[in-house]
Amino acid sequence: MSTATLERAKVTAWLQDYGVYLAVVVLLLFNVVFTENFLSAANFRTQLVQAAPVCIVALGMALVIGTEGIDLSVGSVMSIAAALIPLYLGAGSLTAIVVAVLAGIVSGLFSGYLVAYLGIQPIIATLALLVGGRGLALVIAHGQLVQLHNRDFLELGTGDVLGVPIMVIVAAVLAVLAGLVVQRTTFGRHLVAVGGNRAASTLAGLPVKRVLVGVYVISGALAAVAGVLATSRLAASDPNDLGLLMELSAITAVVVGGTPLSGGRVRVLGTVFGALLMQLVHATLIKHNLPDSTAQMVQAAIIVVAVYVARERSSR
Amino acid sequence: MTAQSATPVTERNAALAGVLQRQGAAVVLVLGIAAAWFAFPRFGSPDNLRDLALQSSFLAVIALGMTFVIISGGIDLSVGSNYALGGVLAAYGAQYGLVVAILLPLAVCSLIGFVNGLLIARTGMAPFIVTLASLLFARGLLLALTSEGATTYKVDAGSAFLWLGQGTIFGIGVPVYLTLVLFALGGLLLRRTRFGQSVFAIGGAEQSALLMGLPVARTKISLYTLSGALAGVAGILTAAYLQSGVTVIGVGTELDAISVVVIGGTLLTGGAGTIVGTLVGVLLRTLIQNVINQIGTLDSNYQTVVSGAFLLVVVVIQRLLARSRTR
Repeated sequence: MSTATLERAKVTAWLQDYGVYLAVVVLLLFNVVFTENFLSAANFRTQLVQAAPVCIVALGMALVIGTEGIDLSVGSVMSIAAALIPLYLGAGSLTAIVVAVLAGIVSGLFSGYLVAYLGIQPIIATLALLVGGRGLALVIAHGQLVQLHNRDFLELGTGDVLGVPIMVIVAAVLAVLAGLVVQRTTFGRHLVAVGGNRAASTLAGLPVKRVLVGVYVISGALAAVAGVLATSRLAASDPNDLGLLMELSAITAVVVGGTPLSGGRVRVLGTVFGALLMQLVHATLIKHNLPDSTAQMVQAAIIVVAVYVARERSSR
Repeated sequence: MTAQSATPVTERNAALAGVLQRQGAAVVLVLGIAAAWFAFPRFGSPDNLRDLALQSSFLAVIALGMTFVIISGGIDLSVGSNYALGGVLAAYGAQYGLVVAILLPLAVCSLIGFVNGLLIARTGMAPFIVTLASLLFARGLLLALTSEGATTYKVDAGSAFLWLGQGTIFGIGVPVYLTLVLFALGGLLLRRTRFGQSVFAIGGAEQSALLMGLPVARTKISLYTLSGALAGVAGILTAAYLQSGVTVIGVGTELDAISVVVIGGTLLTGGAGTIVGTLVGVLLRTLIQNVINQIGTLDSNYQTVVSGAFLLVVVVIQRLLARSRTR
């Protein structure tokens, strides 16, 4: 290998590991210098609150992708959670939240069972729930958007503790938990092993099926949590629109954050920064009066570049 | 597993499982049509049947391209956005005449497909991600063209272009004929040409296809270009049918297309599949929607629930049959 290619390989490897952090920092600096009113507590708050639901869903998605799977159902699970909230708010906001999250867990069990025990490809198993799940949510809600007035419940999306929005705290706590699960638990080690080489993991006697069910359950539960938070912030249960295309945003955050789609590696912090990066890109373009359409095209370019960089590691 | 050790009964079971796996959707379609015919007096009316065929044709054209892509072991998530973009471009182009209305969307949608193919074939990036990016890109381009979706391009009532979507021959819509022609050509391309053989070979075992000296990269680029072009054709037909470029269509269409292809018996793992199966899958989907509409009292949201459940049942049965065959 010549020095030039060696240098290039080093740069690529560095970019793979730190690219997403670098991109977030560069974008922050750009905004501090060129965007009016960027450096304000209110603005940071807005950015973080808007990134929180995507971040939460992306954490679950990262675990699923770590097992070489994919969860397309997250947006529909969010809408199911949203549809259930007004039905149970009468019994208290805690009950409503518990029911919504349970629905997410059941959805995850369902996908996980199909993937682990019936051997159905994740993309199809979760596609069925993506298609049917939103229909189910609309059937539950009779296709209606419901305004919510329960103060306790709305506090979740709009309130804060010591000046930090509750949504951001929830996202941060969940990110730390996800990091601990991946780094410090047997389940996390098994998950990475299953994603790296499923056949070898089976031969080594790892509980492959239970691990697979586990990641889809976590993903479903986190999607439901994101659905609850987004519903609270909207002050309305909107099963029609809530979580539309969320699967794409979450997958993007995960991939941009450096978790390979081929499994065997989960980068939790990278995923959090992936979600932040996509939010920042969007905000930057909007603040400079570039329309939504441009924002989408730029996002598309970022995905391609991120995956192109990530690709070199796997091909080496 | 060997034929000698298997008793005739299990051999027959395996053969039956094979037939079911390939023809299951067709059997369900025939039974479903028969049941609907008896249950709903309006179902069998010529008007309803014509409508059924017409409604199926737009998705069918998209699913045709998707079938090729999935047989090659890939996936194309960009078709829904590309379809909507094609429709808007066609309606925009119609003011400059029929030729522009057809060529402009075809050129742009094929180009998007071509870039998909180029990125997938030359860089080894996952089709899922590349086409996910172009889903966003095409939707962004569409929004830019219509000033964030606010502008709707209407086609002049006198335009010859409208015949493509609204015209009829012997009472049956022009899109239906076009769809049948495209499926016939698609079938020939898949079954009778070297290109078709390469598609199957790549989906079956890409490494072997490479070693056999098949033009893997070129075939992949052609495949995704074809898929993009067909999404454009569907967009053209829809614009002509609706007499305008509608910006909000196409969201989730990629998933509809994947569903009908899978229901039609094409394996998502690649290497196996049929064009006819896809047509059956599309008809089944339209049938389900039609029946739910006929029931009338049923919440129309059940359409998607039933579609999702149906997809699942088909896939689970396919999986169980595949297992029983290899046993």
